[in-house]
Amino acid sequence: MIRYALSRFLGAIPTLLILVALAFFMIRAAPGGPFDSEKALPPEIEANLRAAYHLDEPLVQQFGRYLLNLARGDFGPSFQYKDYSVTELIAAGFPVSLRLGGSAMILALLLGVTAGTMAALRQNSRTDHAVMAVSMTGISIPNFVMAPLLILLFAVTLGWLPAGGIGDGSPRYLVLPVISLALPQIAYISRLTRGSMIEVLRSNFIRTARAQGLPERTIILRHALKPALLPVVSYLGPASAAVITGSVVIEQIFGVPGLGRYFVQGALNRDYTLVMGVVVFYGALIILFNLLVDLVYAWLDPKVKYA
Amino acid sequence: MALLEVEKLNVRFHTPDGEVHAVRDLGFSLERGETLGIVGESGSGKSQSMMSLIGLLSANGRASGSANFDGTELLGLPAEALRRIRGRRVGMIFQDPMTSLNPYMTVFQQMAQVLQHHEGIGRKAARARCIELLDAVHIPAAGKRVDMYPHEFSGGMRQRVMIASALLCRPDLLIADEPTTALDVTVQAQILELMREVRRETGASIILITHDLGVVAGLCDRVLVMHRGEEQESGPVDDIFYRPQHPYTRALLAAVPRLDRADGRRLAALGGSGSAAEAAAAPVQVVRTAPDRAAPPLLETRDLKVHFKLAPERLFAPARVLKAVDGVDLALHPGETLGVVGESGCGKSTLARAILRLVEPTAGHVTLLGDEITAAGKKAMRPHRRDMQVVFQDPLASLNPRMTVGTIVAEPLQTHFPGLGRAEIRRRVGAMLERVGLGPEHINRYPHEFSGGQCQRIGIARALVLEPKLVICDEPVSALDVSIQAQIVNLLMDLQAEMNLSLVFIAHDLAVVRHISHRIMVMYLGRVAEIADRDALYERPLHPYTQALIRAVPIPDPELERAKAFAPLEGDLPSPVNPPSGCAFRTRCPIATPRCAVETPELRRIDGHLVACHEADRPRAPGD
Repeated sequence: MIRYALSRFLGAIPTLLILVALAFFMIRAAPGGPFDSEKALPPEIEANLRAAYHLDEPLVQQFGRYLLNLARGDFGPSFQYKDYSVTELIAAGFPVSLRLGGSAMILALLLGVTAGTMAALRQNSRTDHAVMAVSMTGISIPNFVMAPLLILLFAVTLGWLPAGGIGDGSPRYLVLPVISLALPQIAYISRLTRGSMIEVLRSNFIRTARAQGLPERTIILRHALKPALLPVVSYLGPASAAVITGSVVIEQIFGVPGLGRYFVQGALNRDYTLVMGVVVFYGALIILFNLLVDLVYAWLDPKVKYA
Repeated sequence: MALLEVEKLNVRFHTPDGEVHAVRDLGFSLERGETLGIVGESGSGKSQSMMSLIGLLSANGRASGSANFDGTELLGLPAEALRRIRGRRVGMIFQDPMTSLNPYMTVFQQMAQVLQHHEGIGRKAARARCIELLDAVHIPAAGKRVDMYPHEFSGGMRQRVMIASALLCRPDLLIADEPTTALDVTVQAQILELMREVRRETGASIILITHDLGVVAGLCDRVLVMHRGEEQESGPVDDIFYRPQHPYTRALLAAVPRLDRADGRRLAALGGSGSAAEAAAAPVQVVRTAPDRAAPPLLETRDLKVHFKLAPERLFAPARVLKAVDGVDLALHPGETLGVVGESGCGKSTLARAILRLVEPTAGHVTLLGDEITAAGKKAMRPHRRDMQVVFQDPLASLNPRMTVGTIVAEPLQTHFPGLGRAEIRRRVGAMLERVGLGPEHINRYPHEFSGGQCQRIGIARALVLEPKLVICDEPVSALDVSIQAQIVNLLMDLQAEMNLSLVFIAHDLAVVRHISHRIMVMYLGRVAEIADRDALYERPLHPYTQALIRAVPIPDPELERAKAFAPLEGDLPSPVNPPSGCAFRTRCPIATPRCAVETPELRRIDGHLVACHEADRPRAPGD
């Protein structure tokens, strides 16, 4: 197991390298630069700035320098927030994003699995149709449409919840962003759970359990839930990526000062190092999460042995 | 009073296409300690009638009538009361032990739940009882294996676990639904022996659902024959086998090839076009071609080997090699049928694939019509492919579901004779389909519209449309019901006589192989154990493995079965990755000597047999 995890870590290095290279060259290919502003800077100041940040070197040399720094864990200074390093910005923004994304994932799992299982147990009933209809809506409405609608209803019209920001950090502020972020995942996970649960309930070993006279509750919870969850577990890898990209939009809409907001600001301002830092950080996080998912899968399915 | 009294049992299913009346007015009674066999082909309603008794019909099924189980009326019993009967008073054993145990729970976890729910006993006591029962069904090292997962057991061992689970609460009635169908004959013999032992020791009544008349003959006191949801005949086992009254019973008995007979009788093909009565009428002698042994062999293999490299167990450990086929020599003459038998995993299918070059042989030679084809490139292989065709096991899965029957059968012609005109192709396809018993109205239909037997006819038409010289049949009838199996076997034999085909017929059913083959090759762990003419092989097998294999086959004759002094082959096939040294069979061989562990026996000629055994010519006491 440990050897497997280790080899997966090593295997992730080329993936990360490709990611770094793509992000590095693409953001530099975008028109404009970090020091463009309304008022053009005097050429000598701009030249000084560029030299200070090594932007006057050939691209390949800059890339090599970036990789070297990265290997030492140094994401470099931010071009925009001049007193901060990118590492400090990530340290400031990530806890907020983690709270948002983590809550959304947990909510999506709890609600998705429960709704999916209920729909599977009452296949083709009203409950089933209702769950499936709601989840179809969740999948088809993008979160940048859903979020303003939720704000309109719960914050503006009903006034139950704050419309944005994180205020004093109380959970009230997180409710709407978490729901907007989690909705498509709830929808997807419930459909996935329903499908696999229906299939598992038709399998021979469930028939055996019934023939042994086990109560239906035991059959569902002890015999069927684990195999039915396997597809959901494999989906958690892509889901984590979807939640991360979703959080970039949601943080923007709700004005949550998380990593996603830094990322958007960084991209708009051509803050090369900040954008790169967030890309590498989130990329590593997604790889790590996928590895965790595989380990959980192996733990759930006794037939999978990693050597 | 009888333990179970069933009267006027009817089972109906509501489907979108209307109501299906699956079981009609079934009635029987079962005494305590009695074993009842319910025999029928697929779709006869034999399983559904039993499922209806214990409330396990699918949601669209309804049962009516009466079923009195030890004073309790089962039909219409509330779900909770039925649940208390299932698993506690009625134990079920299902067909496929690979999928009928929960793969995500250890054996102990799933067995303990039964005890916990029905008897409410603690974990420790449950554990002791589980181990005791696993021990009773002869699972070695039960104390350790109780914590293993089902995939860590072999097929036979899994079925033992299944039986142990069914016995946990000491049920009065065991319902076994095709308990040995998915198993090899040697393992089947072990499981049947275990069931006899269970009956002796627990005194439980058994209902055995099966399509295999041999299994019924050896185990049952009374037999009920079902067809299309109705009882055809029932009575004591001897009456059913020796004095069958109903034409269907007679037809069913006539459709089964007999391992203990080589009377050249044509198998009765009931169902389909001919009526059951017609099929049961005077048996027709089979038209048999004699193989032309004087002619040079059509197919020859020399020292053919197929080794698969497996991933190493540990990092940097040497790669492991699975020797699926390890040095096979064979020769097949024009017009001859070579039967290939052996337990699953013995390499018979890999051998077929290597001959066809569907897998690349690791070493050795294959010669077809005098041409060495082992080294031929893709292009050079093509003309040879026309001469050797294949019929696969799963009739439906081996036909492309998106192609019509006409396209499927025309495809080989278009590939190998690109110059043929459309009209000519259509003519040949039509003629071929007619030859295998399908009509012109079938040409534009898709495979899923056909039954298993018809699909296999399409597969045969596809293989034969090129007029090949050699056809390799890889378990062509093992997925089919006996009556359909008889039709396909007859068809293959007729086509062989007509087209002077050579056949390699791979099967695990020794009786079918005896019926169709001229010569038979027995394989064990990738090597040939024995080759001989079929009657010589079955009447006087020389290799101890051949002997054990033949002894293990249940014969549809109650007296013969009762007279069998039973000593089934023990254990399972060893892993082909790590086969025993010397003679691979020595670990299960009753006559192994120290020499067998050291020296690998070569094939030698004894009494017209080719045998790979050091001890084959040593005189032995009868019954050894």
